[in-house]
Amino acid sequence: MNKKNEKLLIPFIAIILGILVGCIILIISGKSVNGLLVGLLKGLTGFDIYKPHLGFNLRYPGEFLVSAMPIMLTGLAVGFAYRCGMFNIGAEGQVIMGSLAVTMLAILVPMPKGIGAIVCLIVGALAGALWAFIPGLLKHKFNISEVVSGIMLNYTAMYGANYFLKILPGTNNQRTVDIPSSTKLGSSFLASLTGNSRFHWGFIVVIICVIAYWFIIEKTSFGFSLRATGFNKEGARYAGIKVDKSIILSIMISGALAGLAGAIVVQGTFGYGRVMTAADNYGFDGISVALVGSSNALGILFSGMLFALLKVSQPLLQINGIPREIGEIISSSIVFFVAIQHAIKYILSKLESKKHKSMVNSKGGTSK
Amino acid sequence: MKKISKILLSMLFVSLILVGCSSPTGSTDNNQTDKPAEGCSVLIGLVTDTGGVDDKSFNQSAWEGLTQFAEENNLQECIQYLQSDSEADYIPNLTGYAEEGYDLVIAVGYLFQDAVDTVSVQYPDTNFLFIDSESLSDNVMSAVYNAEQGSYLVGVAAGLKAIENESKMVGFLGGMEGDLIGSFQAGYEQGVLSVCPDCVIYVDYADSFSDDAKGQQLAAKQYGAGVSVIYQAAGTAGNGVNKEAKERGDVWAIGVDKDQYEDGKVADGSSIILTSMVKRVDISTYTAATEVLNGTFEGGVMIFDLTNEGVGAELSSGRNLTDEEIAQIQGYADDIKAGTIKVSAVPTIANGSTN
Repeated sequence: MNKKNEKLLIPFIAIILGILVGCIILIISGKSVNGLLVGLLKGLTGFDIYKPHLGFNLRYPGEFLVSAMPIMLTGLAVGFAYRCGMFNIGAEGQVIMGSLAVTMLAILVPMPKGIGAIVCLIVGALAGALWAFIPGLLKHKFNISEVVSGIMLNYTAMYGANYFLKILPGTNNQRTVDIPSSTKLGSSFLASLTGNSRFHWGFIVVIICVIAYWFIIEKTSFGFSLRATGFNKEGARYAGIKVDKSIILSIMISGALAGLAGAIVVQGTFGYGRVMTAADNYGFDGISVALVGSSNALGILFSGMLFALLKVSQPLLQINGIPREIGEIISSSIVFFVAIQHAIKYILSKLESKKHKSMVNSKGGTSK
Repeated sequence: MKKISKILLSMLFVSLILVGCSSPTGSTDNNQTDKPAEGCSVLIGLVTDTGGVDDKSFNQSAWEGLTQFAEENNLQECIQYLQSDSEADYIPNLTGYAEEGYDLVIAVGYLFQDAVDTVSVQYPDTNFLFIDSESLSDNVMSAVYNAEQGSYLVGVAAGLKAIENESKMVGFLGGMEGDLIGSFQAGYEQGVLSVCPDCVIYVDYADSFSDDAKGQQLAAKQYGAGVSVIYQAAGTAGNGVNKEAKERGDVWAIGVDKDQYEDGKVADGSSIILTSMVKRVDISTYTAATEVLNGTFEGGVMIFDLTNEGVGAELSSGRNLTDEEIAQIQGYADDIKAGTIKVSAVPTIANGSTN
């Protein structure tokens, strides 16, 4: 089997196994597996098999995309750093800083319609990139693990952001005032298309990022130097690649993608800044998304959808009498199976060699 | 031979997948018991914030009111709840029920303000019950509790115990700062000071209604400072206070929303719960559900206070309060009902400090 196929095959097997685990748990606990499939289908398409006469309710796919967009972006963020050999666990903090920057800018600086939203997106990305610069610099200067500094910066970001949000005019203990409509990504047009869901223009941002991700990583010499660094740091250094520059740049680009996720959550999903008591986990979901998507642009796109689907289907499952936790069981099983991919590879290679052997055998005519 | 075993194995695998992902025959009956049945005369869905319906306080009380309604009317299959994972889930959870054609959708807690304001307008034909805050749409019944009145009474109880213990220090642990929990704090402050004017009141907020570890940590801080009674108004986070009090054994906690006496029991059968500020959230869910069933549901604001027993202090005798103390607290209750004591809902002590 060639390398490329294997890369796609393992997540695929993991997904099948994860869903199987979910099904088996449902059967053991005496719940109907139909409910799971019906719930997932409805979350994806808005079509309810139990109530076919209602047709497709586009609010559900709308909300599905709303929750898919930020985790696709954080998935791209984690994946980008990973390709360069960095584990950006600080994506959560970069999301929060992106949100904070956008909220403050939107509320404090009046901006004309059209430009406002784009300026906010750029500032959100910059804020995420700057926040990611800290672990990048620490890694470069002092060889401090980006995992440790990233985790600590997540908390710093959350509590720091809460402080700054609370001093904005009109903020109460849960939220800021609404950001001006000139900076929002929501649109009545998209809402009317999708049965009043919160679907917003952020999807364009996501599409651009997926394409840019693919292009930078696969098609540019910069992307090549990133991949080389991720593959073998010392080898890349020996080959004349500026490894330190690659490391800092890759985590900053990663931070910018996470910051964008924070921006579209504020500008699209909510329309106001939130004083958070616990993190939203967009960044941590991004780790799972990148892992299952093999840090590959298209893979992240699909695995982001998968995780979002498992998330948005939870209330539908519960309404159908299926415990909502099953969604989490499936998604964590998938991550688990991807994580033990060496075992899967081992089994696959065993099967492969057996096949090979039996082919040789049957050619020799010894097996009957 | 090898070939046969391989075929058998692959057949086994395929059949496993089939069994796994198709429903076994006969499960359709099972389905109907799982799903709210078509035969329901009303369908009612309740949405909680990130705390569950087993939080031993606010959400649980709301769910119990609904369960009681369902049992009395034999509609157990027709009530449902959803727990929110994060704030982003509030709107999808409420709309989920509205889309499914539920007759009454209940939003438990003031954190749902924006979500209820948005969704109630989008679904004018669905009835909503909004607990602890007001939403102006015609199809929303808002249940508002004058929690400061009941908090005043438990404040009196705390003050009396503080005098008895000669520590003269009491504590308050809130969930999230804001008008709602502020009213709990305000009533408590006034109640304590009415019987013990020189008492010191410690005030802390957990910044969460679900983080019981944080609740316990703050309780340890207050008890460590010499506080003898803590009144917690923090949902699940408040359970951390009860836990800390149970571990220490020689201090009191005051429960909130529900009578938490049983929950505060320690090994020897006594309870560390001095009393509880009872907030009858169950009455509002029960009432709204009944009205929807009878077709008499109307939007508007329902106010619950001491006079209609929507709030109050748990004063059963034979527990941790003496009969004299109970009588004394009862006296204050009568004064509040009669209007001779006016309880303010505005707290005076800042988070993290004392008076």
